[in-house]
Amino acid sequence: MNPSITLIVNGTARTVTTGSDRTLLDVLREDLQLTGTKYGCGEGLCGACTVLVDGKKVHACREPAAGMDGKSITTIEGLARGDALHSVQEAFLAEGAMQCGYCTPGMILAAMALLNHNPHPTDEQILDWMNGNLCRCGGYTRILRAIRRAAGQPVEASRS
Amino acid sequence: MTTSPRTDDRVDPEIYEPAEARPAGELTRRDFVQVLGAGLLISVAGEAALGQRRPGGRGGGFFGRGPTTVAARLHIDRDGSITLLTGKVEAGQGSRAEITQAAAEELRLDAGRIRLIMADTGLVPDDGVTAGSGTTPRTIPAVRSAAAAARELLLDVAAERWQVERKALRVRDGAVADEAAKRTIAYAELAQGEDLAKAFARQIPANLAVTPVSEWKVLGTSLARPNRRELVTGAHRFPSDVVRPGMLYGKILRPPSFGATLTSIDLAPARALPGVVVFREGSFAGCAAPSLFQAEQAVAALGKTARWESRPQPSSKEFFGNLRKNAAASGSPLEAELARAKQVLHESYEVAYIQHAPLEPRAAVAEWDGGKLTVWTGSQNPFGVRGELAAALGLSAEQVHVIVPDTGGGYGGKHTGEVAVEAARLARAAGHPVSLRWSREEEFTWAYFRPAGLIEIRAGLDAAGALVAWDFINVNSGGSAIEPPYDIPHSQTRFLRAAAPLRQGSYRALAATANHFARESFMDELAHAAQADPLSFRLRCLKNERLRAVLQQAAQEFGWAERWPRRSATTGVGLACGTEKGSYVAACAEVQLDRSHGTIQVRQVCQAFECGAILNPGNLLAQVQGCVVMGLGGALTEEIHFNDGMILNPHFATYAVPRFKDAPQIDVHLLNRADLPPAGAGETPIVAVAPAVANAVFHASGVRIRSMPIRGKALET
Repeated sequence: MNPSITLIVNGTARTVTTGSDRTLLDVLREDLQLTGTKYGCGEGLCGACTVLVDGKKVHACREPAAGMDGKSITTIEGLARGDALHSVQEAFLAEGAMQCGYCTPGMILAAMALLNHNPHPTDEQILDWMNGNLCRCGGYTRILRAIRRAAGQPVEASRS
Repeated sequence: MTTSPRTDDRVDPEIYEPAEARPAGELTRRDFVQVLGAGLLISVAGEAALGQRRPGGRGGGFFGRGPTTVAARLHIDRDGSITLLTGKVEAGQGSRAEITQAAAEELRLDAGRIRLIMADTGLVPDDGVTAGSGTTPRTIPAVRSAAAAARELLLDVAAERWQVERKALRVRDGAVADEAAKRTIAYAELAQGEDLAKAFARQIPANLAVTPVSEWKVLGTSLARPNRRELVTGAHRFPSDVVRPGMLYGKILRPPSFGATLTSIDLAPARALPGVVVFREGSFAGCAAPSLFQAEQAVAALGKTARWESRPQPSSKEFFGNLRKNAAASGSPLEAELARAKQVLHESYEVAYIQHAPLEPRAAVAEWDGGKLTVWTGSQNPFGVRGELAAALGLSAEQVHVIVPDTGGGYGGKHTGEVAVEAARLARAAGHPVSLRWSREEEFTWAYFRPAGLIEIRAGLDAAGALVAWDFINVNSGGSAIEPPYDIPHSQTRFLRAAAPLRQGSYRALAATANHFARESFMDELAHAAQADPLSFRLRCLKNERLRAVLQQAAQEFGWAERWPRRSATTGVGLACGTEKGSYVAACAEVQLDRSHGTIQVRQVCQAFECGAILNPGNLLAQVQGCVVMGLGGALTEEIHFNDGMILNPHFATYAVPRFKDAPQIDVHLLNRADLPPAGAGETPIVAVAPAVANAVFHASGVRIRSMPIRGKALET
């Protein structure tokens, strides 16, 4: 008999009955059809599957779903309030910080996690934090600008 | 040269036109009206006639067949909504915005009024594979022509209805205006009648005048991607996100090495697992299950009983030695010219196999309905995939419907439909829709690669240090941009094919990257031999004004004249330039070396780029920035290692692609040539990055590294 786990996903309790070895990524995508969280590598090396668990950055592809019982999970689908987007989403739109857009949900959630614990990061801190998130279209310049914007900083680089 | 059993399925659609195998299916009026709603009655008679005139077109070739009638490109509904149709794909390169702009410009509309349907073979014209920087020079003009034709037909119909002179009417903001009589009629109202439907069923006239650049209002602006909001909210369903009722998740049993055949397997243990469907045909075996995890468990069970017969396969270690033998055996046709030169240089360059590694791996959802098949997949070639599916599954093209949702990256890597075929086979066996998404390891192993190559160059300088003879051989990687842009009295270039050890195909800019890397590195070597500044050495033998302009612009913005003489052992600058597919690029790079660790950090890339009249400056800037970053991967770290039919580094842990911290300061200078037709821009900005970096490494260290990736190990002291 598979166990049941209850996840608080984007503020709503969701109970799923699942085998104990499945990842949080698979449960979000397959059982809850929250496909905004992406598969990119399955190794925690690309950040496409980034979600927030109790406000902290987590790679859903490496996280056993069974360990998530009772935890609060934020996915890209849970950021907007009605038509009002989260400030990080707005910043990504304002800077055109996406090309194919597949990395975008993970980028936005990783940036949110950074700003949650460090609302005024330096460029160096942003790069350190975001280095685990890949953009294969090479859009790092604009994503960096979007994060600066979301942090209320000037979007242009200060030249060293 | 070792031969390989895998050479038969080489894919290189940009060099080899896909075989035209079977008649193309045609959109029926009923299908069209069902999807787009009532409104115009759509005639596809012109389309069918064209299909008959060119028998056997499988579709998805380089150019596609395009639409012949206005209606096949553009639909105006009675509520005024405007639907534009294209066979092109959006994979991040910006085609959705630019194609929308092209129609909005000619229809005199806000771009927000247009809904663009892309890459749905049941609805759209075949605009060919989304590749080769072809959308800008071919699809954009085709869309502009169709939209201009539509605008003229709207004027015709309005004039007829009002019984006025057509030339008294103007089109503005989605309506036809009769300024003398102070009246307007909206496109929606014109769409109410049969007269417009009849008009739209006409052929798109050839050579119809389109709006000149000087009058552009929508083109030439930075329209953002129309569906950007769905990307930041997670609402957009990429191919791997498509969910269908009753859908199962698939997993394929992969051979242990390339070319291995499955000799025996026991399906029973996998079949015994709850909810699992197992399918085997020859060496193809796979499972479908209610969850991916269950499908993986089932495939693991299959793997335990599978017996494979493998054949010896080549390794990356011996590969370049083999290519070198091919090059050496070919001799030089310019022996006499080289013998007369004062100084002769002779070097060879290696370019490794690399993968595209789009962040979204290949994925497909296949659904059968009786004998009809619908597949949602990530591909740059929807009509080509339709043909592949039809051929693989014994269907006619009419029985196959391919839909490509906006996709998570392609870069030339998604021209084929193998994942679609696999999903369709599993779905047919399962009797349920099946979602199949390749793992990262599968993507690194079973997708086709950018071909490795060996390039050998011999060149001669005369007593005055001028370049007089040039002999250039590319073995295996390709012939794109193989001709030097320089004026050289005696020049020979050759591309030699070799038996490829891996399945190889297109990649952003194809072999233009390899050929530019070798040529521009070698130009630097020649400049050094001639004791000349690399900039003035190039300009001396460069007549092409467009290339001179970007080279001089990049050098000026970078401060080349001041920075080149300020060399240090740890900081160097380099430049490179080139042209491909009608656009022109030059890059200057600054590198910082840590010779105790053999590391190369690119601190700045300053790039000038010119591609004729700019359609969308914001999107163009993103493409150029993206090319610089992607180009740094191939320049510095990306390299596929293989041995005996196995990929040794099929993970991001062992195949390093550029990350945030690798991105340098990128300065882009776009030259807008409004007097020239727009050329595609998603590829060429990649070609100058690697040689500029290699030249900067030499500038600082005096060490010439003649390989891509540029391995810093050679710098270790």
